[in-house]
Amino acid sequence: MIKDITLGQFFPGNSLLHRLDPRIKIILTILFIAIVFLAKSTLSYLLVLAFTIALIIISGISFKTVLKSLKPIVFVLIITSALNIFWTVGDDLIFSFWIIDIYAEGVNFAILMVLRITSLLIGTSVLLTYTTSPIMLTDGLERLLAPLKAIKVPVHEFSLMMTIALRFIPTLIEETDKIMSAQKARGADFTTGSIISRAKALIPVLIPLFISSFRRADELATAMECRCYHGGDGRTKMNTPHLKVIDILTVSVFIVICVIIVMLNRFA
Amino acid sequence: MNKKQFIQIKNVTFSYDEGTGQLPSPAINHLSLDIEEGSFVAVLGHNGSGKSTLAKLLNLILTPTSGEIYIDGTRITDPDLSDEDVLNIRKNIGMVFQNPDNQLVATIVEEDVAFGPENLGLEPSEIRRRVNSALETVGMSDFKRHSPHQLSGGQKQRIAIAGIIAMMPKCIVFDESTAMLDPSGRREVMDTILRLNREQNITIIHITHYMNEAMLADRVVVMNEGNLLIDGTPYDVFKNVDLIKSAGLDSPQQFDIIYELRRKGHDIKMPESLKTEDCAKVVYDYYKRTTKD
Repeated sequence: MIKDITLGQFFPGNSLLHRLDPRIKIILTILFIAIVFLAKSTLSYLLVLAFTIALIIISGISFKTVLKSLKPIVFVLIITSALNIFWTVGDDLIFSFWIIDIYAEGVNFAILMVLRITSLLIGTSVLLTYTTSPIMLTDGLERLLAPLKAIKVPVHEFSLMMTIALRFIPTLIEETDKIMSAQKARGADFTTGSIISRAKALIPVLIPLFISSFRRADELATAMECRCYHGGDGRTKMNTPHLKVIDILTVSVFIVICVIIVMLNRFA
Repeated sequence: MNKKQFIQIKNVTFSYDEGTGQLPSPAINHLSLDIEEGSFVAVLGHNGSGKSTLAKLLNLILTPTSGEIYIDGTRITDPDLSDEDVLNIRKNIGMVFQNPDNQLVATIVEEDVAFGPENLGLEPSEIRRRVNSALETVGMSDFKRHSPHQLSGGQKQRIAIAGIIAMMPKCIVFDESTAMLDPSGRREVMDTILRLNREQNITIIHITHYMNEAMLADRVVVMNEGNLLIDGTPYDVFKNVDLIKSAGLDSPQQFDIIYELRRKGHDIKMPESLKTEDCAKVVYDYYKRTTKD
């Protein structure tokens, strides 16, 4: 049961978005957020929507999966639109009942807000989390932040910590499972009782888990030392991604869209 | 044949808890041992006999309390050893540990194999070449894009070995590397070890609890209380069944049977080798001889 936890939401594939340099994808995500927030007119919103849909198609991830990922924010969407619909005061009254006055501006604004939030979420996840493996993401961040080493930010150490954490998540999940089974066999009860008693029941799971993690950490450190690890200095990488034409091209497309959005805002 | 001594251990003592004031019993006690280049040495001993400590002394994870260790002519016990020298020693003496899970660093097999060469600061193309050939050597090329938790114990241990081979060491120390594996995983790893020794002439030090693995070695060293108890070819070592048993170990099953029969007063000759067939032969000969009368 506990094994079903998927880490991040990476969908392996071989689409254009999958093949882009992770550094570029991080930059693209920032650009995409800028695009979404730059859009002001209906026309530019339509373009953002079309662009988001285009991204989904390019990524090769099914619409169903993408829409499913919106589930957790449905509540946020409802609240946002309700607030906008009921509390915006405009000139064009379209519905009035008791103390409720609904104006066209409010409805309009609510629709735009919902569009903005959904495209923001879909765009960033399709660009980054769905199409980039956690390891690529860590790698991309390390390279992107490499200049910070000059001001003594331990970029390499952080990225190695991330990698090791990612590496050990399945191992520790397996171990938790094993310890829980062992405690169950001794009569531990994790499923009934109040929240407090259930939390208390987890203590005998967490303590052995912590102890074994420390032991693992110690062994891993020795093994790393044996493999000549001596910090990030003088270290090379097997995969040094070079920016390809396609990377530059994609960034250009994004910038062009940015510019178009700003222009469309004027036409509204 | 006059082979070069790759490792020379001279009168080394090592005790763990220094500074507690009391006299701790040393984990390694005035040990002297030479290991030839290209040989396959199995180290046996019960728990706490100093086997793993010995392994950790060889690549400077631990430094001896007294005594000298030379590796390939370099005195590694030199207190003025530079960081570069330390790296060079660790590059030449690879270590594979017991738990494969606690040795793998990366989430992708080939990235993990590349970890060692990356630490050495090699060119990316050279790293790629070494990773591919190391995975080839351990027969795991098909799994290079897998993540370690998808693999079996034996496969993970082979990846750990590949990670060491990619650094191109002259010697690999296996610290009970087969202890946590199932029989098929153990066979996979032993096959790999034998191949490395025979085909690439890598010196192997294999610390183990399994007598049938020790039988495959050129030389068996039995440790007890931090010192050598017996040292010789597998046959010479296992011949001393009494001594083996006094060190808290079991002799190989076929020798055990003959030993027990002889103890019961049956006049069986010692077999000529450790091979099961030879052992069976002496028992059979004895049986024929006695039933004829």
